[in-house]
Amino acid sequence: MILLDLAGRDLRLHWVRSSFAVVGIVIGVTAISAMGILGNSLALSIPDNLTSVGNTIVIFPHISDAIGIPAGGGLNLRITGHELEGIRSAAGSNAVVPIRTGVDRIMGGGQAKTVALYAMDPADIPVLLEKESGSYLRSSPGVMVGERLAVENNLVVGESLGIGSGEERLRITGILKERGVGIDISPDYAVIVSDTWFTSRYGQRDYDEVVIRVTNPEDIDGVKAAVDDMLNRRERVVDVLDTRKVLRTIVDTFNQVSAYILAIGGISLAVAGISILNVMLMSVTERTKEIGIIRSLGVKRGEVVRIFLAEALILGLLGSAIGGVLSLAGGYLALNAMFQSSKYLSAATTLVSILYGVAFGIGVSLISGMYPAWKAAMMNPAEALRFE
Amino acid sequence: MTDTYPIIRLDGVTKVYPMPAGEIRALDRLSMDVHLGEFIAFMGPSGSGKSTLLNLIGCLDVPTAGDIQINGLSVKALSDDARTNLRRDHIGFVFRQGNLLPRLSVLENVEFPLAFQRRIRRTRERCLEVLVAAGLPPDLSTRRPGDLSGGEQQRAAIARALVNDPEILLCDEPTGNLDSKTGEAIMGLLTDLNREGRTILLATHDPRMAAFAGRTVRMTDGRIA
Ligand SMILES: Nc1ncnc2c1ncn2[C@@H]1O[C@H](COP(=O)(O)OP(=O)(O)OP(=O)(O)O)[C@@H](O)[C@H]1O
Ligand SMILES: [Mg+2]
Repeated sequence: MILLDLAGRDLRLHWVRSSFAVVGIVIGVTAISAMGILGNSLALSIPDNLTSVGNTIVIFPHISDAIGIPAGGGLNLRITGHELEGIRSAAGSNAVVPIRTGVDRIMGGGQAKTVALYAMDPADIPVLLEKESGSYLRSSPGVMVGERLAVENNLVVGESLGIGSGEERLRITGILKERGVGIDISPDYAVIVSDTWFTSRYGQRDYDEVVIRVTNPEDIDGVKAAVDDMLNRRERVVDVLDTRKVLRTIVDTFNQVSAYILAIGGISLAVAGISILNVMLMSVTERTKEIGIIRSLGVKRGEVVRIFLAEALILGLLGSAIGGVLSLAGGYLALNAMFQSSKYLSAATTLVSILYGVAFGIGVSLISGMYPAWKAAMMNPAEALRFE
Repeated sequence: MTDTYPIIRLDGVTKVYPMPAGEIRALDRLSMDVHLGEFIAFMGPSGSGKSTLLNLIGCLDVPTAGDIQINGLSVKALSDDARTNLRRDHIGFVFRQGNLLPRLSVLENVEFPLAFQRRIRRTRERCLEVLVAAGLPPDLSTRRPGDLSGGEQQRAAIARALVNDPEILLCDEPTGNLDSKTGEAIMGLLTDLNREGRTILLATHDPRMAAFAGRTVRMTDGRIA
């Protein structure tokens, strides 16, 4: 089509200033779609974790707000066996899982790696974790490994895993189901060991956190209050979190960040719009004579508008297309970093947010093209022809 | 011919350009009739209003006062779109510098007036025919206007003006940039087009070019002398 041809040739002639306009659109579209992708993935990921969310209370030792001064006077920031008894009585009939955590090097699948260790009573493991294959840990020494760790290091049930400097070898009894990031534990890249083995190996008796699984989600607030009452009456010894609240904090933080990024996206689209306006106004002025010529050939005002809008549209399409591809790529990387998985990227609702970004980019270009196009159309043809 | 209804009627046409230093009266109550098939040369010194007159007849601008009728249709009453339609369907322009669009090839230039009209088919063949009729070898049709000689550019411009098959050709110093031999060849082409029945209005300074026309109208200060 000669119309698009003409617009394309003009843009190529002035490619430097045209590309500035395109870059603005790219940034705006990318910011808007990236926000959509992240927001939607977060929304999609919440129901996934919600099972562990609505019914879980996590208790951590309280760290004083004054940096460097541990609360309770002691340096050992852990939950003691005595405190655990208090938690157990506050929890009533609900399941209580005390956990010790550590970090150590493992040798497995021919590679050395530093991973998180979670130590629990083998009887408690099925309360928090589901297995993918093999069997749950029994009292005999052995380990269970997280799904991602197993896949990425080719670890299989029955194989033995070397842990720590002595490289004590423990048999892998089972692989866990993928669980994602949780506020209680994040087992996907971790190794689960029995509490007795952990204590004999590292000498740690106290606990790093205690998880309560309530049978009836409506009891959460009551159990929390009971724990507080039992342990924090005189001074704050533990922090009691429930996962809903944590989730709310995460969502609030995310909303703030996304508002910020959306503002950046909006500003860059506005800047892009202004630069398209400028590019087009320059183009209209430079092409005054040409406008006179095409009007003398019988081109109507509306058709002049179309010629210039085509130019704006090309800029918008180009910028939006690049922005769309960038946000797909960026979304893939960001999701992998945040969720260790990009499975939400291909969700229809996620892809729609890219369409939103692209539609915004094209819309902004068309709107900024309107005034210059109108200006071109309203020129007096006879005067335009006198322009040199 | 004089008893037929005029294809163009000028009735007290006045064009005033308001300028900071005072208004310029480019055309002053000009009245005349042009009949179908006439070939008229407008002669006069620079600034006498020749271009202004052709632009008004071509509906590129509207008179400040008075009226122009084309095929009996009063231009004064028409909307911008209606005037553009009139221009597109009945009037072809040829300018001094050819005014070809530099970024399009010669053939694309000739096609351009058809680009917005879907009803016309087989455009490419038709455009090549018109180019050949205007005396341009078909192998020049893929070149850019800048790669043509002045005379060839004018032939391409005439082809573009003819592509919609207009009854009226308005030629504003079409030979002004050409040497006299090439200019005469272009005038020969215009004479042929006039013999085919097209009405031609020519603005020129050059009496040798005006001599090709059937009638010469002398202008001074926006009036017929
Ligand atoms: N758009 C305009 N704005 C202001 N003045 C104009 C405009 N167009 C023409 N004029 C003035 O109107 C007068 C007639 O101009 P016009 O171009 O019609 O003369 P011309 O006979 O074609 O001259 P030339 O032989 O030099 O082409 C001149 O004084 C010119 O300066
Ligand atoms: Mg002139």
